Amino acid sequence: MTPPVRTPLRGLGMAAALLLGLTACGSGGESSADDVQAALEEGGKITVWAWEPTLKQVVKDFEAKHEGVDVELVNAGTGPDQYSALQNAIKAGSGVPDVAQIEYFALSQFAVAESVADLSSFGAADLDGTFSTGPWNSVNLSGGVYGVPMDSGPMALFYNKDIFDEHGIEVPTTWEEYVEAGRRLQEADSDVYITNDTGEPGLATSLIWQAGGKPYRVDGTDVTVDFTDEGSTAYAQTWQQLIDEDLVAPINSWTDEWFQAMADGTIATIPAGAWMPANLESSVAEGSGSWRAAPLPQWEEGASASAENGGSSLTVPEASQNKALAYAFIEYATVGEGVDTRLDNGAFPATNKHLESEEFLSREFEYFGGQQANKVFSESASNVVEGWSYLPYQVYANSIFNDTVGKAYVSDTTLAEGLQAWQEQSVEYGNQQGFSVNK
Amino acid sequence: MSTSAPASTPSSPSPRPAGARKAAARLRAPGRGPRSAGLGRAPRRSVLLTLLTGLVLVYSLVPLVWLAINATKSQEDLFTSFGLWFSGDFALFANIADTLAYDGGIFVRWLLNTVLYVVLGAGGATLLAVLGGYALAKFDFPGKRAVFAVVIGAVAVPGTALAVPTFLMFSEMGLTNTPWAVIIPSLISPFGLYLMWVFAAEAIPDELIEAARIDGAGELRTFVQICAPLLAPGTVTVALFTMVATWNNYFLPLIMLKNPDWYPLTLGLDNWNAQASTAGGEAVFDLVITGSLLSIIPLIIVFLLLQRFWQSGLAAGSVKA
Amino acid sequence: MTTPTAPAPVAAGPSPRRSRRRSWTGWAFIGPFMAVFALVFLAPIAYSVYLSLFRDQLIGGNTFVGLENYTQALVDAQFWGALGRVSLFLAVQVPIMLFLALLVALAIDSGRLYGRDFFRVSIFLPYAVPAVVATLMWGFMYGNRFGLVGNINDAFGPTLPDPLSPDLVLASIGNIVTWEFVGYNMLIFYSALRVVPHTLYEAAQIDGAGQLRIITAIKLPAIRGALVIATIFSIIGSFQLFNEPSILRHLAPNAITTDFTPNLYTFSLAFRGQQHNYAATVAIIMGLITMAIAYAVQLRGMRKDV
Repeated sequence: MTPPVRTPLRGLGMAAALLLGLTACGSGGESSADDVQAALEEGGKITVWAWEPTLKQVVKDFEAKHEGVDVELVNAGTGPDQYSALQNAIKAGSGVPDVAQIEYFALSQFAVAESVADLSSFGAADLDGTFSTGPWNSVNLSGGVYGVPMDSGPMALFYNKDIFDEHGIEVPTTWEEYVEAGRRLQEADSDVYITNDTGEPGLATSLIWQAGGKPYRVDGTDVTVDFTDEGSTAYAQTWQQLIDEDLVAPINSWTDEWFQAMADGTIATIPAGAWMPANLESSVAEGSGSWRAAPLPQWEEGASASAENGGSSLTVPEASQNKALAYAFIEYATVGEGVDTRLDNGAFPATNKHLESEEFLSREFEYFGGQQANKVFSESASNVVEGWSYLPYQVYANSIFNDTVGKAYVSDTTLAEGLQAWQEQSVEYGNQQGFSVNK
Repeated sequence: MSTSAPASTPSSPSPRPAGARKAAARLRAPGRGPRSAGLGRAPRRSVLLTLLTGLVLVYSLVPLVWLAINATKSQEDLFTSFGLWFSGDFALFANIADTLAYDGGIFVRWLLNTVLYVVLGAGGATLLAVLGGYALAKFDFPGKRAVFAVVIGAVAVPGTALAVPTFLMFSEMGLTNTPWAVIIPSLISPFGLYLMWVFAAEAIPDELIEAARIDGAGELRTFVQICAPLLAPGTVTVALFTMVATWNNYFLPLIMLKNPDWYPLTLGLDNWNAQASTAGGEAVFDLVITGSLLSIIPLIIVFLLLQRFWQSGLAAGSVKA
Repeated sequence: MTTPTAPAPVAAGPSPRRSRRRSWTGWAFIGPFMAVFALVFLAPIAYSVYLSLFRDQLIGGNTFVGLENYTQALVDAQFWGALGRVSLFLAVQVPIMLFLALLVALAIDSGRLYGRDFFRVSIFLPYAVPAVVATLMWGFMYGNRFGLVGNINDAFGPTLPDPLSPDLVLASIGNIVTWEFVGYNMLIFYSALRVVPHTLYEAAQIDGAGQLRIITAIKLPAIRGALVIATIFSIIGSFQLFNEPSILRHLAPNAITTDFTPNLYTFSLAFRGQQHNYAATVAIIMGLITMAIAYAVQLRGMRKDV
């Protein structure tokens, strides 16, 4: 449901970046982990642009721990709003933050333009193996490490157990069963939908990812966009049935209606990243005890494929004057004590250490009726299909998703046709921007 | 505003100079009482006409009533009860308290920011429009013919495309993320300039200015002591227009401000509305509704207080064109 | 009242009654306005004109392209589609809004209403509501599940179509804009009506003219200036439609596309696509078109013969 795009992920995956610190390595020259330590000792001020709510506490703790370090946390908008603010600031050459939260899908755009710094020399290169594969691959771009994963969104199927029990329907394990369950729910009660969907690029791309599709192939500035591969087709065909038969509720995610529909039993399931529990707990309090988490339905029976949905990294803009201190903060927030603070406040980790810890795995979610839901998520994180990449201009591509694919939800256009239109406009834009797309 | 008491008829003789009398009559126009002045009988009131106009009235008020009613509901009741009637607990005061206290009382800060922007931005805009309108109406100067053409032409260019160039310039000047980035663009009110132009042309007799000049008064003194008082009704009109424009300002602050501490109310409420869509974010639709209600109350009060002036100012302005 | 020496274009300001000495003194008064105006309007526009001659790519950097952006815009289906949409909006919404405003102004001015002052204030109130709040408010009401439309459907069965569907969303936006500005325009018209000398009506009545005749022969011509200026500002407002569709987009993402209006389109180009050069080009063309239409309306509206 919700793709991370304009929303969800933010929470979890967000990235905040901070950057500047004061120190030394602002300009040029090789930096090292020593510089980072020196910057911490020297102190200074950095600005962090992030919308992820749990960072507030992390900033406080970080400042308390390091005297002389002043971190200004600014919510400069969520997702695309923050990206355009960041791009404007970079263009203006002033007001650029020292750390910026950037979602995984958007990161390569900033890396290609060299707007954010390669953090390898600060110590990020040593973090290989620290994070689960999906997020780590997302920040590793053309030989550099352009951000540090802050959280992740391995997908799961969140479902309202009461609804399934009431109608005697099994929780679907394949997408075929999922469609069938949608039909049976509608037959039983026309007010109950298997899920809601009005077209979200984050969800669509994540499901294609899970299906093994690789519509985007990126090799430097050579880009291929192809939504006719097997995975994309599987997604389009299955989801088309849901739309054609009106099995999905026409409710926009992240609206008041959506939260209400999850609370009152209108929506039976939500396929989403592991950041979803925090939102359920905070905004759908009435659903406590009814909801559960299950592995994502599969495209092939018996498989266990998964995908990431949302999540962000913390990056250091190239224009930061205090990169070393910025990195020190990032390290604290993504691999240091900050991680525990964030987990306590509902964030979902990207670090293997936490994903595999007994304490994490055995945590019982009161909201999910005592279920040890992290086991589902952790399992999902290790089953993320490899080889996926986003466009180096995915922010723009996602912004026109509803112009093209969205038509399938409100007219006779099919999803396949919508994807084709999306592909064409993406190709055109890429070529205009100097990439070599589908050439 | 005005009552229906008949006032002096426009044609009554007066010892004052013709021009001034005419202007004075215009200024009092709205108070001049309805048609009764003329034939000595008021038109019959019509129930039918009242009912028909009442439809427009309902149209105008229903959304406001909806807003007021829903500000009394808790978040749960908001979704589960009929929109146009009260339901559940009367939570208005709790909602107001929550709105004012949420996130460390930031709503109050936003309110004060908005007031600051309105006072400086709308105040400055009014001053500039009055001075400019006076110049257009009472002086002949090189380039005068081009001024208004240029103003209208510039206003016709879509603002969203100008936002980035403006941002880059302001950034160069170190103004972004400061209140000045909101205030300076608010200083321009093309409609205000137009209104003051026509108003000044009507309200200030040329003879008055000439007499002052003959007495040896400087231009500034002539303006301040003689003309400004005559322009008062028009000034209030323009002040109200620019206040609304500044109060409603949304897009430019969105681009210019990154620090929520400087947000105006519009941006702050939008932020709250968007908060629900953040993973881990808390949905606060009830606060958005209550905050919306609170944000329009000050404007409504100002309207009610000033509408007498407003009308007379507008009247003089629009009669002419 | 326009005379040959009337100031220029749009709208018509008053013309001087007698010739005054030409001097630079006037600039002392208009100077402050024009200085700020130059900073916040003219400089960015000049900068945009400059930008429109370049193309800045993510890969490949900035190059001078001459008028290429302009030739591209002339055949840009998205741009013309957006312009067509706001033109339709303009052709339907503006007349309805101004007509309603005029009717109410005439009704209130007629003195035949009970509670005239209450009407005037109440109908004007929506103008005090910020566009952002107005759109959020109507957005809640349009909701066909939990909003007012949903309530009505629940009560009477599903009878109302979804106001946010692609077919209806333009009309729904028109409704919001109408709601916001009827009172505003009403007040402009009403105020203009207030200063028409009553002796004219009385004379007409004595001659046996009916109310309708008085309206068409006396009242409307008398407020023609107000009608023209309201029309011109409404045209500019329609062509720059942005706040309402952009906020409503959160509720109707598939019905309101990123190129729904010219202003949304330039926003998408500049803020999502980083195509600042092309966005500037589209904005300049849009500005020229708007000016041309406003000028035509003024010329026509100010003709002495009706």
